[in-house]
Amino acid sequence: MAATEQTIEQVKNLAEGKYKYGFFTDIESETAPKGLSEDIVRFISAKKGEPEWLLEWRLKAYRHWLTMDEPDWAKLHYPPIDYQDSYYYSAPKTTAGPKSLDEVDPELLKTYEKLGIPLKEQAILAGVEGAGDSPSIAVDAVFDSVSVATTFKKKLEEKGIVFCSISEAVKTHPDLVRQYLGTVVPYSDNYFATLNCAVFTDGSFVYIPKGVRCPMELSTYFRINAKNTGQFERTLIIADEGSYVSYLEGCTAPQRDENQLHAAVVELVALDDATIKYSTVQNWYPGDENGKGGIYNFVTKRAACRGRNSKVSWTQVETGSAITWKYPSCILQGDNSVGEFYSVAITNNMQQADTGTKMIHIGKNTRSTIISKGISAGRAQNTYRGLVRILPKAQNARNFTQCDSLLIGDKCGAHTVPYIESRNRTARVEHEATTAKISEDQLFYCRQRGLKEEDAVGLIVNGFCKEVLKELPMEFAVEAQKLVAISLEGSVG
Amino acid sequence: MSLIEIKNLHATVDGKAILKGVDLTINAGEVHAIMGPNGAGKSTLSYVLAGREGYEITEGSVTFDGQDLLSMEIEERAAAGLFLAFQYPVEIPGVSNTTFLKEALNAIRKTRGETPLDAMQFLKLIRAKAKDLSMNDEMIKRAVNVGFSGGEKKRNEALQMAVLQPKLAILDETDSGLDIDALKIVAEGVNRLRGPERGMLVITHYQRLLDYIVPDVVHVLANGRIVKSGGKELALELEAKGYAEFGVTEAA
Ligand SMILES: Nc1ncnc2c1ncn2[C@@H]1O[C@H](COP(=O)(O)OP(=O)(O)OP(=O)(O)O)[C@@H](O)[C@H]1O
Ligand SMILES: [Mg+2]
Repeated sequence: MAATEQTIEQVKNLAEGKYKYGFFTDIESETAPKGLSEDIVRFISAKKGEPEWLLEWRLKAYRHWLTMDEPDWAKLHYPPIDYQDSYYYSAPKTTAGPKSLDEVDPELLKTYEKLGIPLKEQAILAGVEGAGDSPSIAVDAVFDSVSVATTFKKKLEEKGIVFCSISEAVKTHPDLVRQYLGTVVPYSDNYFATLNCAVFTDGSFVYIPKGVRCPMELSTYFRINAKNTGQFERTLIIADEGSYVSYLEGCTAPQRDENQLHAAVVELVALDDATIKYSTVQNWYPGDENGKGGIYNFVTKRAACRGRNSKVSWTQVETGSAITWKYPSCILQGDNSVGEFYSVAITNNMQQADTGTKMIHIGKNTRSTIISKGISAGRAQNTYRGLVRILPKAQNARNFTQCDSLLIGDKCGAHTVPYIESRNRTARVEHEATTAKISEDQLFYCRQRGLKEEDAVGLIVNGFCKEVLKELPMEFAVEAQKLVAISLEGSVG
Repeated sequence: MSLIEIKNLHATVDGKAILKGVDLTINAGEVHAIMGPNGAGKSTLSYVLAGREGYEITEGSVTFDGQDLLSMEIEERAAAGLFLAFQYPVEIPGVSNTTFLKEALNAIRKTRGETPLDAMQFLKLIRAKAKDLSMNDEMIKRAVNVGFSGGEKKRNEALQMAVLQPKLAILDETDSGLDIDALKIVAEGVNRLRGPERGMLVITHYQRLLDYIVPDVVHVLANGRIVKSGGKELALELEAKGYAEFGVTEAA
């Protein structure tokens, strides 16, 4: 009640033009009210103590966003999103979290158990009150400790690698951020990316100096001072000449979030002879079997292979979210640059995924490979949507695309929508697509050898995804295999 | 003691009667052979015993190792020790033989309350068994049956049997497609498995296999029933005279 009164008071004050930052006199306030406005954008920026240029950029994006329409070309169906009904900064708990693990959905706990997540961890992931007062501690706990993280940080510093939150980078490396932010995904790019520009709260920043090979996989798990940045995450990775980095995003444990709308932006920049490997495991809450709840995940991920011989490799395992709208792309600008996209997208029950990639060949001898594995079960819909564009100067460009779909049951759907535009005669583009079903014979064979039906499905699907899963870093691959099996539980029989 | 006791078993597929009253008892330690014309119902019998879906049991009962077999799930039958070497082994792309068999063996061990084998223990086991069957390392790493020749697939079935050590092995024409050397090797593999607690049901069209795997009893299955049983000399007799001599008309 008091909070509402306070808000009314503040709105009144605002109308009278009393406050520089709109609603808030108190910058210490932890929350902004529901809804989106220029004032909210200013508030977020002020909260973070951002420089003027960044605020201006956010505002420019916001104003542009107001003129845009939500895209409707994807094969996705969901009720209209009320953008004024969301919190854009540090959403307060609308409902109290569970008091202990006893109050947590037993299905969720079962899944944690199967993934082998320790109890303390489970409590944090399930959002039990007080289990992890700071989420950064939670993620540290995954790998047992702050000390591991600290050791890592020291090692990285020795090499001159910057790995921190993007808010921190704005303060410590303003020139780098200003030079690259929004250069791969411009503020006006698309509805969701533009929204992200206006209201992004945090994310990761990575800079690998010239000639440095990052000595370890960089994971959001290890990011010092990682905050709960789920909703509007913004990541920027710059690999300078001749450098190499492998970056891991996400978590195999199912994550719940009260915010239904997620709109992240990831920008990668690879300069001459640089390589970036970006791996994602996405397992946000998919909603229940009737499609109630679940995260809407509208992500813009793009890489600029700016330098000669640069290479970017995207690997993704998408098993979560009610709606996935995501096309990690490569702009192959530098001569001889290479783009790769390896994807597993699993949809079960009422989940919908419209995902794929764009490979834009600009430079000479540019090459791209696309391997997409879509698995659909229940009443789910799974669409691969990919664009291969060869521009006139891309002499000898090469693309190979393989899209395989696997159906489990007969109520789900798989769709392949490849767009190929070639404007150079020397270019070669190959596209292969298959659709298969898990056959009764395969299931019978596996079960005759002693496997439970569910495990048989897991095994067969893992086999189907093998080409993609083997691209994941070792520590991720094992977890991802388990996840693949678990996401399809209840899909047969 | 009888390992499996099949009594008056009737089964239909899509409303068509295929098994029309099969009676068959195999005691522990025995090897039985089933011969019979194409379409007689031999594979159907093996599928029904293994629990494959799509068959309706309209009459009869099967007791396996003291349990009511027909009420068990497919994987429960496997865990209880029933193994079927398929007439047409199935391909599983992307899943290596090693992974597949390890998962299978450990699933069975788990059901039986035994501890699972770790990767090293399992690798040792599968390598030894593969060697017995003259299969090389490359073969056990390859995806299950994918791109295998007909004979290689059959040999692979024999490998699975050797690893899983079933109580009752049903071999559905495991000999067809094997060259002469392979036939001997696979037969040796089968013979190694013979023992006082185990039983076998060998389905074949050729007497030759029975030179290597010498059966205790030979049955003739025709038109969904066992029409004649005898000793191993029955196989020779069949080969010499054909099924017509036994009052069996070719199935349509
Ligand atoms: N789904 C089905 N629908 C109709 N008829 C079927 C079906 N499955 C099997 N049959 C028939 O059942 C009969 C028995 O088949 P089965 O495969 O058991 O024969 P078999 O004795 O193993 O023959 P073979 O020696 O050729 O392997 C055949 O006539 C076959 O056509
Ligand atoms: Mg047959």
